[in-house]
Amino acid sequence: MELLTASNIIFFILAAAILLFGILTVTSTKILRAATYLFFTLFCIAGLYLQLNYEFLAAVQLSVYAGGIVILIVFAILLIKGLGEDKEINIGQRRIMGLVAAIVGSITCACVIAKYGFLPDYDTAAELTQAVDMQMIGQTLMGTKQYEYLLPFEAVSVLLLACIIGSIAIATKDKEVNK
Amino acid sequence: MLTFSEIISTIHEGLTDALPGWLATTIEYVIIGAALLGLYCVLALILILLERKICARFQCRIGPNRVGPWGLLQSVADMVKILLKEIISIKNTDNILFKTALFLAIAGSFCTFGALQFGDGLACIDFNVGVFYILAISSLGVVGILLAGWSSNNKYTLIGAMRSGAQLISYELSAGLSLMTMVILAGSLSISDIIAGQGGMNAEGGYNTWYIFQAPTAIIAFIIYLIAGHAETNRGPFDLPEAESELTAGYHTEYSGIQFGFFYLAEYLNMFIIAGIAATVFLGGWQPLQINAGWASGFNELMGQIPSWIWFMGKTFALVLLSLWVRWTFPRLRIDQLLKLEWKILMPISILNLLIMAVWVII
Repeated sequence: MELLTASNIIFFILAAAILLFGILTVTSTKILRAATYLFFTLFCIAGLYLQLNYEFLAAVQLSVYAGGIVILIVFAILLIKGLGEDKEINIGQRRIMGLVAAIVGSITCACVIAKYGFLPDYDTAAELTQAVDMQMIGQTLMGTKQYEYLLPFEAVSVLLLACIIGSIAIATKDKEVNK
Repeated sequence: MLTFSEIISTIHEGLTDALPGWLATTIEYVIIGAALLGLYCVLALILILLERKICARFQCRIGPNRVGPWGLLQSVADMVKILLKEIISIKNTDNILFKTALFLAIAGSFCTFGALQFGDGLACIDFNVGVFYILAISSLGVVGILLAGWSSNNKYTLIGAMRSGAQLISYELSAGLSLMTMVILAGSLSISDIIAGQGGMNAEGGYNTWYIFQAPTAIIAFIIYLIAGHAETNRGPFDLPEAESELTAGYHTEYSGIQFGFFYLAEYLNMFIIAGIAATVFLGGWQPLQINAGWASGFNELMGQIPSWIWFMGKTFALVLLSLWVRWTFPRLRIDQLLKLEWKILMPISILNLLIMAVWVII
């Protein structure tokens, strides 16, 4: 197996960037900087999806995580005063919980890696992962046959509707109190 | 006739014959990047000159007329000046974010710019989810603007950034919905498929026309996209984020020299990109104007002789002129009017339009 193929080099660069920005996200003492590093991490993960020919997933990653969630986080930070200063990271009580989360996370990752074997090289992987076209994604989402996902799709949309109604209810409640 | 795809494939074959595969690919990427960057900057110069000339006409002035014939070299002179200006570094800013923000703003605009197809065979990025990619990647610019406003540590920039973020996120919805309406008509998210559906012959032997002529709902979607897209570029009458009488210059108040130039460049190119996407999705991209009738075959032949890139640039600049016309004609909106226009008028109309289009396509 040749190590220095172009696709491997790109993968190593992306992986290094993901790890670097991931570490910076949790070690940064300024919260807005942490949000920016998180944005870069999510952006590089979209790059990994592109390398696997999952263009749809990459676009979803960009618009939902990088575009939607990070912008919401940044907005929330901008609305709160006094977050520009350096904050001491308060480890104390959270140490045990953090340790538990880290152990559970690593065990999950290890199980997934152990369950699925690695392919010999990138070219075989690229052959196996053909670009998925939109027609197929659409039909699988809206179909009712085996391995099609209409019911989960509808369940998630009901959940989202409940969230929207809930947020409207919270927003209007505040207004009445102010009057 | 020599076409762009022939030139490009000649270069590609020459490179792959002479060099190992990985080096040829790398060199091709660099050439494409450099060509796009060059086009990006030249277009910015042209757009800035165009804006100054047209703005002058609307205000009964002559506009720049000293540098070069009819003032044509004015923006070149401005470019040299802005490159030579000192970059002032300010105390008490978050320096990393301050410097990152401007690159995010320009990278977002540049990545969208790469997805445009400038002519037959002149396309860089052609995913099968092209329209979705365009909608997704533009979020980079929003993050850039928000970070610029916050890291400058100034109340004007912060207010400007908040307004800009709120405006971009709101208008993104109806811009996206009106593009989705056209995706239903085209039956594909890929930009080259969308363009291919608007030219040439169809299965019944007739001529394909531009999508705007193919369905009545397309005209509504086109108008909504132009309004929402114009609002997304933060230009008048939607220029609240940089309302100079209240906020000095909005989120880029503290930037100087070429750092300010970056935001300026991104703003002008965003105007071009919005016009380019509208031209691609609604007005047939680089496809010539065709009339679907038996008597018009001579006319269609004649239109087909005009090079494809002239069609694309012509349509895009026509829409840019429309955008400039709107900018210099209407007074600025208030923030409540701006949000009401989006959430209470444009959004319901675009959702309804989407449903009507779905029914139209099924019938």
